Amino acid sequence: MFVINCPYCGERDQSEFSCGGEAHILRPKQPTELSDDEWAEYLFMRKNIKGVQFERWNHAHGCRKWFNMVRDTSNDKIHAVYKMGEKPPVI
Amino acid sequence: MTKYRINKTRFVDQTKTVSFTFDGKKYHGFEGDTLASALLSNGIHLVGRSFKYHRPRGIMSCGSEEPNAICQINDNTDLTEPNVRATEIELYEGLKASSQNCWPSLNFDIGGINNLISPFIPAGFYYKTFMWPKSFWKKIYEPLIRLSAGLGKSPTKPDPDIYDHKHEHCDVLVIGGGISGIISAKIAAKNNLKTILIEDKNILGGSTIYQNNKNFIIDNQKSNEWLMNEISELEKLDNLIIKTRTSLAAFHSYNYLLAKENISDHLPLDKKNGSIRQRLWKIRADKVIVAAGAIERPLIFNNNDRPGIILANSVKKYLDFYGVSTGLNNIIFTNNDSAYETAVSLFEKGISVKIVDIRKKSSSNIVKNAEDLGIQIYWNSTVVNTFGYKKIKSIEIMNLSEDGSNVTGNKHEIQCDCLSISGGWTPMVHMHTQSGGKLDFREIDQVFVPSEKSENHINVGSCNGDFELEEIFKNTTIKVKKFLNINESSFDKISVLCSKELEKKNIWLLPNTISEGKTKSFIDFQNDSTAKDIKLALREGFKSIEHVKRYTTTGMATDQGKLSNMHALGIIADTAGVKMGTLGTTTFRPPFTPLTFGAIVGRSVGKFFDVVRKTSIHEWHVQNNAKFENVGQWKRPWYYPINNENLHEAVQRESKAARDSAGILDASTLGKIDIQGSDASEFLNRVYTNAWSKLGIGKCRYGLMLNEDGMVYDDGVTTRLGENHYLMTTTTGGASNVLSKLEDYLQTEWPELDVYLTSVTDHYSTASICGPNSRKILKKLFPNKDFSDETFPHMSYQDAIIDKIECRIMRISFTGELSYEINIESKYGKSLWENCIKAGEEYKITPYGTETMHLLRAEKGFIIVGQDTDGTMTPIDLQMDWIVSKKKYDFIGKRSLYRSDTIREDRKQLVGLLTDDPNEILEEGAQIVSELDKKPFEMIGHVTSSYFSPNLNKSIALAVVKGGKKMKGQKLFVPMENKNINVTVSDFIFLDKENKRINA
Ligand SMILES: [Zn+2]
Repeated sequence: MFVINCPYCGERDQSEFSCGGEAHILRPKQPTELSDDEWAEYLFMRKNIKGVQFERWNHAHGCRKWFNMVRDTSNDKIHAVYKMGEKPPVI
Repeated sequence: MTKYRINKTRFVDQTKTVSFTFDGKKYHGFEGDTLASALLSNGIHLVGRSFKYHRPRGIMSCGSEEPNAICQINDNTDLTEPNVRATEIELYEGLKASSQNCWPSLNFDIGGINNLISPFIPAGFYYKTFMWPKSFWKKIYEPLIRLSAGLGKSPTKPDPDIYDHKHEHCDVLVIGGGISGIISAKIAAKNNLKTILIEDKNILGGSTIYQNNKNFIIDNQKSNEWLMNEISELEKLDNLIIKTRTSLAAFHSYNYLLAKENISDHLPLDKKNGSIRQRLWKIRADKVIVAAGAIERPLIFNNNDRPGIILANSVKKYLDFYGVSTGLNNIIFTNNDSAYETAVSLFEKGISVKIVDIRKKSSSNIVKNAEDLGIQIYWNSTVVNTFGYKKIKSIEIMNLSEDGSNVTGNKHEIQCDCLSISGGWTPMVHMHTQSGGKLDFREIDQVFVPSEKSENHINVGSCNGDFELEEIFKNTTIKVKKFLNINESSFDKISVLCSKELEKKNIWLLPNTISEGKTKSFIDFQNDSTAKDIKLALREGFKSIEHVKRYTTTGMATDQGKLSNMHALGIIADTAGVKMGTLGTTTFRPPFTPLTFGAIVGRSVGKFFDVVRKTSIHEWHVQNNAKFENVGQWKRPWYYPINNENLHEAVQRESKAARDSAGILDASTLGKIDIQGSDASEFLNRVYTNAWSKLGIGKCRYGLMLNEDGMVYDDGVTTRLGENHYLMTTTTGGASNVLSKLEDYLQTEWPELDVYLTSVTDHYSTASICGPNSRKILKKLFPNKDFSDETFPHMSYQDAIIDKIECRIMRISFTGELSYEINIESKYGKSLWENCIKAGEEYKITPYGTETMHLLRAEKGFIIVGQDTDGTMTPIDLQMDWIVSKKKYDFIGKRSLYRSDTIREDRKQLVGLLTDDPNEILEEGAQIVSELDKKPFEMIGHVTSSYFSPNLNKSIALAVVKGGKKMKGQKLFVPMENKNINVTVSDFIFLDKENKRINA
């Protein structure tokens, strides 16, 4: 069980958080103008990387804030946490 | 003293006798004994039968690795527990233990017949044989196998014991209280670090605590005496918590560890009462030092499983720790020096001992010690067979060939009553690998050792592959200081002397004159798999260790292969001609030793199992005989039986009353979200399918929420309380998910919107009154209010006051009747409800539960998200096109509504179903077909809701059917187990299509 450093609350047990999958997938601004394939790309396609992955996490049983996290899925090392809207760090 | 209790030690108090029973017979041991040492002191070796062949088996070790001595404790009581290792049970007065796996009895075991037919039970036998005929499995094979196999009996009653959980944080956690753990804990605690030391035995000291051999000297004292002093020093340290009888169960990432403490297992029965039995510690440690030790390996040779064949270091522990000799005429069979310590110990107590060593020589001090004492040693020899059925009687040995691959010369028989075996040592790397650590293979002594990568934990002592005392002492000190950033310790200048092993030799499967197919060389004692089984698996094409393991079941018993995994790997490597290091190991999974379910669940049993949510009106429901239904964590009234009504009768009465006069429902559990902010309207526009900008203040609107994939997610009525203020309701079960989803969009996709969400589900209680007389009842409750259609139309809300308390009245309906919902602060919920009941008395207001609510809304054709939908229904599938805005540019899920898949015409669509026989009620979930003579049936849909409607006096159902929209009037069939029900597709609004009642 990880210790996650919530950008708003500080270090907390993983049991307080929930993972929201891959980060930095922007909801298209004009969905109606997309083809089926383009929409499907947004809707369904997610990366499942062995290694460094950018993820969305929610401090569900805490401040309820969403934030981003860079985690190495092969060893669960957390490289960085940063707020929504902030630029992803270079890892 | 018994014949086998030949030695007095400081660990067993021979003045305190403890009586216990084994297989119904009474025996005596002493305080400090384990069940195993007490049995051995009574000369009892035979403790069980093997799993597959039912061969007699004896105690083989002295710890958690024990594969054979698995007992049932306290049989025929609520406290009975199977699969407990006799080597780990501390003896207590009144202990009742029995052997397992030997029906009808330990000494006469009918399953022993399997031993005679064993040539016909090779690896995979069960898979191969019991495959067919298929029908035989359930009725014949399985019951037979279970009768003669099976590991112990489960208790039949709820566990009466109390279990506990506790969280703990520390700077340093040390796992294992042997010499390296003690050194580590002392260095840490002396340097002002909050330290916890856990040890699974009842005292600290590991194997050094009974190491009285003169070849092992620390600081000019015998190593056991030096350690004894260290322990008493250790116990004085302030910032050190020592937890004995505490075993590590799991080592998770980020140094999160679970450890189980036995609190009252060792106490006499009468003192256990009321005490907590076990406590599960949840420890978060900044640094972890693993000092888990090593386990002695057996040797693999023909008939190596007879009672009386015991690991050599365990023999030494029984002798020097418990004062028990496992035999009076001993042979030691070894490939290494450590077994010589056992030999010397036995000899010094005047017990006969001989040694068989597969090596050609050994030039260490301890071997010289044995030779000087005159102990006979058979060098370059191996055991090729053993004799004795319920107890070993003799062995046959032969010389090894030059390369060790074969045997030469003549067989030589030696009598004995105990054979101590030692195949070297296996570091306990389980903790290291559980935490994600990797392993390296060390060729010289054929062990896997941790390859250090982690910054947050280290391994010290023999679990790190350091086996010599001097090495353990020096390396532990150096590593711990470096790990904790400490310059000096009290151990830096202490001198350590020990015997050092110079000659090493290992043969995984010892050679024999008999062909392999005819030998019984056991690798996994608990699961009865042999070297032959492993080789067979390889011949049959299994290559991966994980596959061989499952096919032969090697390492899959309750001991998780602590004694067998290395030999299985070694034999695979030898047979396949590959290097062992390239094979990798099997995965070590938590728990390290089996955990009780009690320890896992702790106090979360009975009413503490899960949160129970009750509305403020709950007590009234209880007093009025409500039957409850669980909806998520909520308790909701299901129906209110009068006299002896059953569900059906109560629901018929409640439904009729609600339509004929008045009904009242506790709707407090519906999710409620308070939405505020200058962009609240825009936000609702984006999350619901319909338009919200033009909704007037004081008006209510029904909304449907989709997932981005276009599927219906939730629904509910939202009320505009003010210019920038809305109150959204959600389904009872969907409340928290809806809030999370809305927060997600607000925070991540639309952070520019000025909107704030607050869950107010628990803040308000809701009484929902419906029926033609509801207006009159409301008028009685609120005499100053005008409830006419003009001032208070359908789908609008007004503030009101009752008993000086503010409340909100919404005129909305989920039943199709004229209906009002009154929301009030929760603490006044019950009083509001009682007022409503009182005001409704003259109209026979009838409380109704969820079942009647479901029936009423089905009559009206209103869906329930989660019952009539299942995450694959679009609003179009539900024939709710009317609620999907064509004008809005975007909302969640809009684009998905015209994907190639969602516009298919043959999607399952919501329809009504009427049975040809109006009294026939369909089963919810029943499948629907269009052709009865086409087999197999093509299932075109299923029933989602079904009731007998008292108001229509016929059975009605909602269903989803492929292409259902165009099927109105068509005949379909619902095939059941013993009949086919004829149905007709109908409109799904069965009652009052014109909405006369709602607007009455
Ligand atoms: Zn937080």
